[in-house]
Amino acid sequence: MVDASMGSKASVAAHGRVRDRVLRRFELGDSAFRILTQACAIAVLLLLSGVIVSLAYGSAPALSKFGFGFLTSQAWNPVTENFGALPAIYGTLVTSLIALLIAMPIGLGIAVFLTELCPHSLRRPIGVAVELLAGIPSIIYGIWGMFVLAPFLQATVQPALIGAFAGVPYLSNVFAGPPYGIGIATAGIILSIMILPLIASISRDVFNTVPAVLKEAAFGIGCTRWEVMRRIVAPYTGVGLVGGVMLALGRALGETMAVTFVIGNAHKISPSILGPGTTISATIANEFTEADGKLYTSSLVSLGLVLFVITFIVLAFARLLLMRIEQQGAR
Amino acid sequence: MSKILARTVLAAALVGAAVSAFALDISGAGATFPYPVYSKWADTYKKETGNGLNYQSIGSGGGIKQIIANTVTFGATDAPLKPEDLEKNGLVQWPQVMGGIVPVINLDGVAAGDLVIDGPSLAKIFLGDIKTWNDPVLVKLNPSVKLPDSPIAVVHRSDGSGTSFNFTDYLSKVSADWKSKVGSASAVEWPLGLGAKGNEGVANTVANTKGAIGYVEYAYAKQNKMNFAKMVNHDGKTVAPETKSFQAAAANADWAHAPGYYQILTDQKGAASWPITAATFILVHKQPKDVAATSEALKFFSWAFKNGAKDAEALDYIPMPDNVVGMIKKTWAQEITSADGKVVFDGK
Repeated sequence: MVDASMGSKASVAAHGRVRDRVLRRFELGDSAFRILTQACAIAVLLLLSGVIVSLAYGSAPALSKFGFGFLTSQAWNPVTENFGALPAIYGTLVTSLIALLIAMPIGLGIAVFLTELCPHSLRRPIGVAVELLAGIPSIIYGIWGMFVLAPFLQATVQPALIGAFAGVPYLSNVFAGPPYGIGIATAGIILSIMILPLIASISRDVFNTVPAVLKEAAFGIGCTRWEVMRRIVAPYTGVGLVGGVMLALGRALGETMAVTFVIGNAHKISPSILGPGTTISATIANEFTEADGKLYTSSLVSLGLVLFVITFIVLAFARLLLMRIEQQGAR
Repeated sequence: MSKILARTVLAAALVGAAVSAFALDISGAGATFPYPVYSKWADTYKKETGNGLNYQSIGSGGGIKQIIANTVTFGATDAPLKPEDLEKNGLVQWPQVMGGIVPVINLDGVAAGDLVIDGPSLAKIFLGDIKTWNDPVLVKLNPSVKLPDSPIAVVHRSDGSGTSFNFTDYLSKVSADWKSKVGSASAVEWPLGLGAKGNEGVANTVANTKGAIGYVEYAYAKQNKMNFAKMVNHDGKTVAPETKSFQAAAANADWAHAPGYYQILTDQKGAASWPITAATFILVHKQPKDVAATSEALKFFSWAFKNGAKDAEALDYIPMPDNVVGMIKKTWAQEITSADGKVVFDGK
């Protein structure tokens, strides 16, 4: 720009004026565009801080009444207005954990098959199927879970589990009856299906970043496929895989509708994973409309704040890991 | 191009303005329990008079909040406000329509209406004191039914609701244990069981869980052809859930001696009374800010009392008896006035 305007001085005066005008218009357009996009970016920050401020403001009455005990109390009694978040926090973490335990091995399996073993003709259909799974709205999973999965689990899997672990110390409590069909375990299974495509597609992308020359070299010195995966691909991509899993965990933590359908919505910590429970988002979705009384509403907002903090920690951790792998890749 | 666009927008705006100026919409919000009948009434009313009603079924708690905040013309609630709360907020309350709440079950080999249950044992089931279907208490109530040795899965509402309010109110009346341990409210600390959102949620969860028992508004049980239980009422008689038994309970209610129409219809006396009958209420301001809108709303409810019975019965709700309607109209004429003391709606 500066060069151009200096050049214009040397040229014919009339020609220079036109040129100046055009340049000025360009400059104006540039700065307008910059301001516009900047405003968009700032709007995001404003929104985020607005959410934080209103969450903090809304939860103040409950948190000042119950204090730190809000996080450790198991009570949830709208009649006596005594509220605690522990069952909801417990349910949120345990359902997400079950979901990860199921979805991680399967998702990694899909990714390994797609990148290393799959014949080319199959690669596209399977990849598309996985992505379609990610596109199904969560309410559909909820309805399917309630009408198909839960009755199936109640009739077959859950009685078998209860029977199998009946005499085993400790485990007999974890798999204690009666089989309701819906409960913490069912919610975990539904969540695992929902986060499976996320884990599978991120892992596939991460596996694709491994330079072919590394793998070829390993095959060249006589490594088996397993050894290549275990010794070359896994160490190269490890941190990225963890990042992908954390993003999936973020989704599982906040999922609402599908979980509400199948978790049983009970404010209790049941020692059995087959028993009913609740999650933070399910509680809010269920009770917000009819929450009368300031303390009740405020307690629900406080739950939202707790979920915000949990999700924030998970996502920040994921970002950190992804940043590390990008640095490694640059090296 | 842009001229055409501008003209289209202008035309659309004019049409919109004309429509909104033509029809005066009444706005209300609250209980989900009467939503089907209110929307049916609104539909018929619009056809007859051209005036619309915009009813948001956001829940009883929300309805109370909205009318106190003055954002709607009327609020609707299943749990009546106490007379002192009405006084404090300057509100008038009246019952608009009634309905029944029925226990629904999912039990192999037991047909609809086969199972009989009484209040105290229903409370024991929801407290977790009765855990299996072949418990001696239930066997004694049902000597002719073969009850399985399977666990009972209790299903309740996970959201706050007027249906829960009336159901827990009934359990509190028939069981001292329930009253002291749980109490009655639109949302309570349920001792056990599965929670499901809305009447339809409870209906679906019961239908999909073997050995389940729950409670839903009668219309849901009937329309989904659910397996309901008969109940033993206050007089010790076994009654089936049907319009007749709801009406019997309603007829026994003593509205004349209930200040602010604060009357909960559960556990009414009378040989034919269904024990869990419920009324649903409307709230308006005693001295409304927007007199014209409140007048329109009262006109609508007056129309509903007069012409809405058929629509209500088709949806399995019970219209208010004529003598109660007379009382309500008198209340309107006496209590709802504009700022200068004029009657808002003269009942015509």
